[in-house]
Amino acid sequence: MEQDQHWTSIIKPKSSPFQLNLKEIWEYRDLLVLFVRRDIVATYKQTLLGPLWLIIQPILTSVVYVLVFSGLASIPVDNSDPFLFYLCGTTAWIFFSDCLTKTSSTFVGNASIFGKVYFPRMVVPLSIVLSALFKLGIQLVILFIVMVSMYFFKPAAQIHPNKYIILLPVLVLIMGGLGLGFGIFISSVTTKYRDFTYLVGFGVQLLMFATPVIYPLSEAKKKGVEWLVSINPMSSVIETFRYGLLGNGTYNSTHLIYSFVFMVVFLLASIVIFNKVEKNFMDTV
Amino acid sequence: MSEVAIRVENLSKFYRLGYVGASTISDDLQRFWQMNVLGKPDPFLDLAQANARDTKGSDYVWALRDVNFDVQKGEVLGIIGKNGAGKSTLLKILAKVTGPTTGAIKINGRIASLLEVGTGFHPELTGRENIFLNGAVLGMRKAEIKAKFDEIVDFSGVERYIDTPVKRYSSGMYVRLAFAVAAHLEPDILIVDEVLAVGDAEFQKKCIGKIQNVSRNEGRTVLFVSHNMTSIADLCTKCLFMKQGQVLSYDTTSKIVGQYLQDNLNLLNEYNDLVSVPRDNKTYMQRARLLSMEMVQDNYFWKDTPEFQFTVEIIDKNITELEFGFAINGANGSRIFTYESEQAYPCHQGQRLAFRLKLTEPTLVPSRYYLSLGIRSHVNTLDAIENFLSFTILDTDKNGKHFGFTQGPEISGYVDSAVDVTEMHTK
Repeated sequence: MEQDQHWTSIIKPKSSPFQLNLKEIWEYRDLLVLFVRRDIVATYKQTLLGPLWLIIQPILTSVVYVLVFSGLASIPVDNSDPFLFYLCGTTAWIFFSDCLTKTSSTFVGNASIFGKVYFPRMVVPLSIVLSALFKLGIQLVILFIVMVSMYFFKPAAQIHPNKYIILLPVLVLIMGGLGLGFGIFISSVTTKYRDFTYLVGFGVQLLMFATPVIYPLSEAKKKGVEWLVSINPMSSVIETFRYGLLGNGTYNSTHLIYSFVFMVVFLLASIVIFNKVEKNFMDTV
Repeated sequence: MSEVAIRVENLSKFYRLGYVGASTISDDLQRFWQMNVLGKPDPFLDLAQANARDTKGSDYVWALRDVNFDVQKGEVLGIIGKNGAGKSTLLKILAKVTGPTTGAIKINGRIASLLEVGTGFHPELTGRENIFLNGAVLGMRKAEIKAKFDEIVDFSGVERYIDTPVKRYSSGMYVRLAFAVAAHLEPDILIVDEVLAVGDAEFQKKCIGKIQNVSRNEGRTVLFVSHNMTSIADLCTKCLFMKQGQVLSYDTTSKIVGQYLQDNLNLLNEYNDLVSVPRDNKTYMQRARLLSMEMVQDNYFWKDTPEFQFTVEIIDKNITELEFGFAINGANGSRIFTYESEQAYPCHQGQRLAFRLKLTEPTLVPSRYYLSLGIRSHVNTLDAIENFLSFTILDTDKNGKHFGFTQGPEISGYVDSAVDVTEMHTK
């Protein structure tokens, strides 16, 4: 049979690392949606409080922060109400940290599925980011409810939302992108060397201390460690997030652009690595 | 000429054996240096050897080496071979689970792989939710699953539990549901790996029927890996025989199955030298001895009633009549059936006698059986050999005809049946 017939697909040893396969991911959009649904539905099955945990997590975390950092350690939070200050930071940080830690186990955690059936591997981390986004949406609503009630019932809290609030989608994009970027990068390198798995657990915790989540950027400035905090691309995101919502802190467009560019470059690089790894990871995982 | 659905060209896959981890970092660096800096091919490819499980050698092996074949559209191709022959590696590459080292596979049509049933099932989700999830994992669109939902539930036969989390299912129900989803995939090419070894007999029949239906009536191409020769023989039009990562032969199913059995199972249909088989008792073989035993069927792989023939030599002049005993044993050594000759056959010194035994009814259940044979004169056992020949019944048809093969002595099997023996005295 000499004439070359039409082939639907060709499996070859190597493919271009810059291929994003967006078309393929689009073809699997139903799977993406079902994965998101699975993540959300399955997480709270057989729990009494169910999705209430989504609310309890940031509230309880903030209460503890108020007691520890504000109460015991007396870290100043500028002029805002400590609870609201921490709630803002925590809500944003939980989203980033969820994206990062959960996507970081993409390959190792799904090896049993990946070893048996093919679908664009990127569907898994994307679904994780989307379910984290869903969770963030609910937690943002809680945040707004707390803000509005404080605005009316506790005028001393000094809540001054301003025009930077429109940057919110950009901030979410940067956080999601960074979380995804770090996550899939770690997930790709852990297929062969598991060392990074151990880093993720406490690394995210440590990173939080290098991010103005429990302290305002102004405090870091006072102590002369601003440079350290500024090179962290998450810093300006959290700071802007709080500034837009509470009117507390600073806004620095250079820093924010830095974060954005960092996110884009790092995410693209991670996708290249991810694509390279996904092809043969079953042999090394 | 019909259309080619899959064309595999010079496909090779190379693996590093042993622990993959920190110890590989130096290899990784070396490989990176050679390939990316010096632009040379992978330095470790040269070290790789053919994949023979039982011999030691280099840490690098070819799980697949220069595999070439075409699969025509609408064909059911069986892939057989021993463990480690490269069947699963081939399927994994076809399923895009892992990539080849060199070579290419060209595919014409939508492909779906079924290397396992229930991939992606989440224990906390209900049967209904899992049908959708599993369907999507296997590449179905949501609308497609919705359209076939009732059919899937019906096929699985677990309708009552459809809104119960699958972690509460019995393992059988779980598998049924999982297979039901898989069975309703409608790809142009379906890749199946031994998933039929699940569920009860009734369900297995249903599954085989489904696959047959898919290929014969809907013109789909199926690639099927199995160790079960009965299902291979039932389903496949052609077969690929793999050994040590290479394609040994590619031909019609009956030829390949015969070749496979001969190659792997120490097939024997005759024992010409029973004299050299060790006996349990020193007094045996002194006055008369068993010389040979053979299957009357001249093919290793027969589809008929098993018929045996054995020869005896009389040594002692005092032996003037001979009786024989014949037994079929199960794996655990238990006698399942014995037969004693109905009469004593007259004989004399130096004579060679041949006896023929035919297992007529009742039908033997599919299993492996061992034969024992003994001869005696009056009350003295002259010679006996235990479990020296075995045969395996793969299947039986309605007329009680057996379908199986004969093997040399080893391994296992069990049975529960009785046999009627007709004897024939010659010479």
